[in-house]
Amino acid sequence: MYSRAYKSAVTIPPLLWISTFLLVPYSLLFCYSFWSVSPQQTIIHNWNLQNYLQLVRNPIHLSVLFRSMRIAGAVTLFALLLGYPLAYFLSFHAAKRKDLLYQLVIIPLWASYLVRGYAWKTILGSDGVLNGLLQYLHITRHPVEFFLYSPFAVVLTLTHIYTPFTFLPIYASLEHVPRNLVEASHDLGASPWSTFRRVILPLSLPGVLAGATFAFVLTLGDFLAPLLVGGASGIMISNIVVSLFGAAYNWPLGAAISLCMLLLVLSLLFATERLERKLTLS
Amino acid sequence: MTAPMAKSVAAPVRTDSLLSIREVVKRFGTRPVLRSISLEVASGEFLTILGESGSGKTTLLRLIAGFEQLDGGEIWISDERLDQIPPHRRAVNTVFQSYALFPHLNVFDNVAYGLHAKNIAKTEIPNRVAQALDMVKMSEYAKSPPARLSGGQQQRVALARALVNRPRVLLLDEPLSALDANLRRQMQIELKALQREVGITFVFVTHDQEEAMALSDRIALLRSGFLEQIAEPREIYGQPASAYVAQFIGQTNLLRADVQDGLARAGPLRWRTAETSKDVVFSLRPECIRLVAPAPPQPIDDSIARFRARILNQTFGGAMDTLELDCGRAPLLRARIASPGTLSGEHEFEFRASDAIPVRDEDSA
Repeated sequence: MYSRAYKSAVTIPPLLWISTFLLVPYSLLFCYSFWSVSPQQTIIHNWNLQNYLQLVRNPIHLSVLFRSMRIAGAVTLFALLLGYPLAYFLSFHAAKRKDLLYQLVIIPLWASYLVRGYAWKTILGSDGVLNGLLQYLHITRHPVEFFLYSPFAVVLTLTHIYTPFTFLPIYASLEHVPRNLVEASHDLGASPWSTFRRVILPLSLPGVLAGATFAFVLTLGDFLAPLLVGGASGIMISNIVVSLFGAAYNWPLGAAISLCMLLLVLSLLFATERLERKLTLS
Repeated sequence: MTAPMAKSVAAPVRTDSLLSIREVVKRFGTRPVLRSISLEVASGEFLTILGESGSGKTTLLRLIAGFEQLDGGEIWISDERLDQIPPHRRAVNTVFQSYALFPHLNVFDNVAYGLHAKNIAKTEIPNRVAQALDMVKMSEYAKSPPARLSGGQQQRVALARALVNRPRVLLLDEPLSALDANLRRQMQIELKALQREVGITFVFVTHDQEEAMALSDRIALLRSGFLEQIAEPREIYGQPASAYVAQFIGQTNLLRADVQDGLARAGPLRWRTAETSKDVVFSLRPECIRLVAPAPPQPIDDSIARFRARILNQTFGGAMDTLELDCGRAPLLRARIASPGTLSGEHEFEFRASDAIPVRDEDSA
């Protein structure tokens, strides 16, 4: 067994780190969310529920929150639709090219988020690569405006950015499907499609769940992509939080929204955790 | 080796032959794994494919199941060519070495899997699954997930899952090798009884020669991709075709003898033989050597080889002891005799000339 000194040495630093830089800020955030701002732009330390009530009553906040969830849902869906077949192909059919293809999926993660965001801006803009191509091919006469500065652009950019995060856990779970189970299924008379549906897919669901959670949670909290390519119609809830803590100087309302988001994400993680346990046990 | 056959002519097939493997060749890259294997398996037969690891025995089984593609030859079941149809349409089922039970399905659904895949009527499935589970005495575990079962229990479920489909041939890939010795012996007995009961043809792969002897109607011994010998257990033990077979199946003494005028000589040993070539290797089983009371020299009778030997080592083995004998200018002999009490020094031994079996020996040539 390990000595007490060793256990303390390895556990105390991370505990200190987390409590200093995570728990303390969150506690502060929690307090702020029950305070308010005076007309003179000072924080008033009178405990009340105004911020939370305002969040529910103000249709703008709610509609942006719902839009964020729609965007997160769309990104999750597309990331799964792209990531699963890719992971499946790599795991089952890539043979010798497996390592190379795997690296090709990983390499984009080395490029900065901002670079990838700006890349989409140059592709989608009215004098961007995509419009240039469409006009060159005489498919469109004028630049198409809605490519950029729209929820569509946000979904496209974030799908690009987060698909590797969805791919990785799915790939890992597919790699863990014992190959003799696939053989056993064929042996028992199941066609390749039926084998996929009844053996491979069920056994890879934990990975799908983990990948979907990554895409959804990361998108829900994203504020850079809407800033770069979202425009007014592509604003997401985190942009509102950012402006509340910045120009609008309403920390209490920003804190309240942040805590609601945190609650939302935590309950989502809790639910998927339960679901995953159920999937792997049965 | 079998004589080469013209491709267009059907191989001569025994009338009761069900599974026919004809000049099967398999390579992994450039490495040959099976080099023209031909064998016939009769309907209802328990055939064991025996061999060391790397002999190609599992590859042969996987070719029959369809998990690997042939590089040459043909595989037939009755008058249906098997090697050109995908594994899920073949009328064979496999019991895997590691059982390969589906972890996300309970025992019942594991056994029902093949029936669902074959679109058996929904109303018939529960009956057939119950029957199969009953056959392997696993009915009470129908609702359990495989992870909760012991190795032996998983083995039974794997058997039921394969047999419920009523395959024409059941393929078993070292199914008992993961079990401990006692359970293994018990499962051997049950497996043999089960095979008689269902009357299905079994092709059983193992590296364990005792297991092969105990279970099989016939044993096909593979060695580095060649079929070394195929025969009934008694014959393969009593009349090994080669030195390799003699050493692989049970223990033996290999005697390299000079043959002249119908008399074989190896050191001080001499015995009568029908062999005509000059240099012959004989296999002599340890249990064929007997301890005899010292007697005055008898008139020469070369149907029995008599010799004096010094006992180098005696290993107690319960009913039978193993002795290591030094009889002078010949290799050490191993004898297995009914426990004689502790022996030492020199004693007289004998064996019958007919127990020294001439064998092919291409290794030391």
